[in-house]
Amino acid sequence: MSDLQNAGQTIAQPPAGNPATAAAPASTSSRKGRIPLPQSTLLRHLLAVVLCAVAAVVLLESTDPFRNSQLATLTYYAIAAGGLTVLTGLNGQISLGHGALMAVGAYTTGLFLSADEPLPLPVVFLAAIVVTALVGAVVGAAASRLHGPYLAGATLALAVGLPGLALKFKGTLGGEQGLRVRAPRAPEWFGDAIKTLTGNPATATKWLAYVGAIALLVTYFLLANLIRSRIGRTWRAVRDNDVAAELAGIRLGSWRVLAFVVSAACAGLGGAVLAIVVRLAAPSAFTLVLSLALLTAIVLGGLGSLLGALIGSALLVFLPQVTTDLGSAAGLDGTEAAQLAPFVYGVVLVAAMIFAPAGIVGTIRLRWLAQRAKRAVARETGR
Amino acid sequence: MGPLAQPTPTAGSTALDRTTAESARPSSRLEMTGISVAFGGVTALSDVSLVVEPGQVHGLIGPNGAGKTTLFNVACGIVRADSGTITWRDRPLRRLRPDQLARLGIARTLQGVGLFAGLTVLENVMIGAHRHARAGFASALLALPRSDSDERALRGRATAALADLDAERYADRYPGSLPYPVQKRVALARALVSSPELLLLDEPASGLAEDEMHELGKLIRSLSARMGVLLVEHHMDLVMSVCDRVTVLDSGAVIASGTTTEIQADPAVTAAYLGEDVDVEHDAAELQAGTGADRA
Repeated sequence: MSDLQNAGQTIAQPPAGNPATAAAPASTSSRKGRIPLPQSTLLRHLLAVVLCAVAAVVLLESTDPFRNSQLATLTYYAIAAGGLTVLTGLNGQISLGHGALMAVGAYTTGLFLSADEPLPLPVVFLAAIVVTALVGAVVGAAASRLHGPYLAGATLALAVGLPGLALKFKGTLGGEQGLRVRAPRAPEWFGDAIKTLTGNPATATKWLAYVGAIALLVTYFLLANLIRSRIGRTWRAVRDNDVAAELAGIRLGSWRVLAFVVSAACAGLGGAVLAIVVRLAAPSAFTLVLSLALLTAIVLGGLGSLLGALIGSALLVFLPQVTTDLGSAAGLDGTEAAQLAPFVYGVVLVAAMIFAPAGIVGTIRLRWLAQRAKRAVARETGR
Repeated sequence: MGPLAQPTPTAGSTALDRTTAESARPSSRLEMTGISVAFGGVTALSDVSLVVEPGQVHGLIGPNGAGKTTLFNVACGIVRADSGTITWRDRPLRRLRPDQLARLGIARTLQGVGLFAGLTVLENVMIGAHRHARAGFASALLALPRSDSDERALRGRATAALADLDAERYADRYPGSLPYPVQKRVALARALVSSPELLLLDEPASGLAEDEMHELGKLIRSLSARMGVLLVEHHMDLVMSVCDRVTVLDSGAVIASGTTTEIQADPAVTAAYLGEDVDVEHDAAELQAGTGADRA
């Protein structure tokens, strides 16, 4: 009985009012007995960022250059997937055009870096984000009137059509061969810092992996803020029941466009990181396959969850490698082992759809919710 | 703001008294005059007029297909009227979009429940308080204290609205895990959290048991102290016990309008109900008996 009251008061009152719940912030997820988290969303999320940053440094410093470059690949997939999971998972809009939006970011980055005196990298990234967000606003305005398969069709047209622009404007965009991207060198302080920290040499690959990791952390920090705020809640409401949302005073079109713009901005940054990591922006890198890979990543990981987007991207990057290694170890020759990867990926996808249709994070969350609902019912009937 | 309320032919004398008494601020009365709607040649509403006075519960009844829901949708801007005017707070509502209703102080519940399945009960109600949110995109993006305090304020509002309907203890639950009557209460809390001046209730009693319906009736009565209520409902006993005035629609036209006593005595109403199919005959039987145990 008192438990029930406390649960209610945690939400109703500031903690100071009740000594029993003093440690519990207003967040609905925390109750007494849990680790006390800062009440401010900003502090809580900054804390998470710091922990993840430490983990990223440990990960990058304890792995070889090849793994470093794989991790750099992971960062740009995860950045774009994070944006897509906000759009598809939170706002319910599907996009098959995010590969093309990444292309916009990548080409913008390539063009800005090809200048004789290139602007600082953060400024170039910002430019890529802004340009892609603008494209996203245009696409989003059209998309906000479409649903389901029609939206998929429209964004599919984007995925198929946009890379063709590179062929049309051969002079500036490099045609089929693509645009060589001059990745900026690591600054001196970076080398010094790495040397004093671990004694490892600071390679160019490592620098790019760090750039990707920083971009990833900043993106996920900002996205997490949005998801936890009224913005994320409004997106989810629009996704669940548009008529009811509209009656609550939500202008559906604007909120859908906003989701598309935020999502496109992430795709733009993902494309920008891709450009400097791969050192090339070419149409062949931004085919429909890329868009589909991003979608499968967020569905596998769990729609609407940043952690899910990260896990899905990790599967995307590491699963082929792991299966190829396993195949070689089992005595297959090189080609056969490489052919194993898409097969295993397909099997994982089918298995996920059958056994965990809500994705990895989603399934765990559903289990947890079911448990909690059971407890709540038990508490009510046991009263 | 607008001009003083003008007495209109459709308004009763009591309404006139009330409007003059409240002439300091625009009175929250909804007036629909001469509304006609046709769907591809089929007339759904023809020349329908209706007035909901502030502080009154106005019932809207009629056999199936009479146009009740269409009229409701016209009031919400979901369906556009071919002709006729809607006046709210003494100003005409033209080209109204549904999302503008909340800001005008009009809330509506949906048939069924229409809750957001992926949001907790508390979050559902917080969405209802959308128009009271102050923090913008930038403060949300950067998780500024302004966003946090705004969220706290919304949460407080929503919790209070849930407490009003005795649903506070479900705040953390998801709608799908709750019994239907509780879901209906949550949906009502979501409509009430924005402190509307006019509440449009679309069949609030469907799926409720007898005693729950009785509770609902008392609740609606108590709401009328704060707002006008327009109620579409099939359960005659509920309509007759809570409404101040009732408008009866049949085949898209008003066939009777008046107090509950007047409506119950109106032969045209009885005829309209008896002339219809079996389901409606049952309603008519209820209408005359004044009690009924029909459950949707």
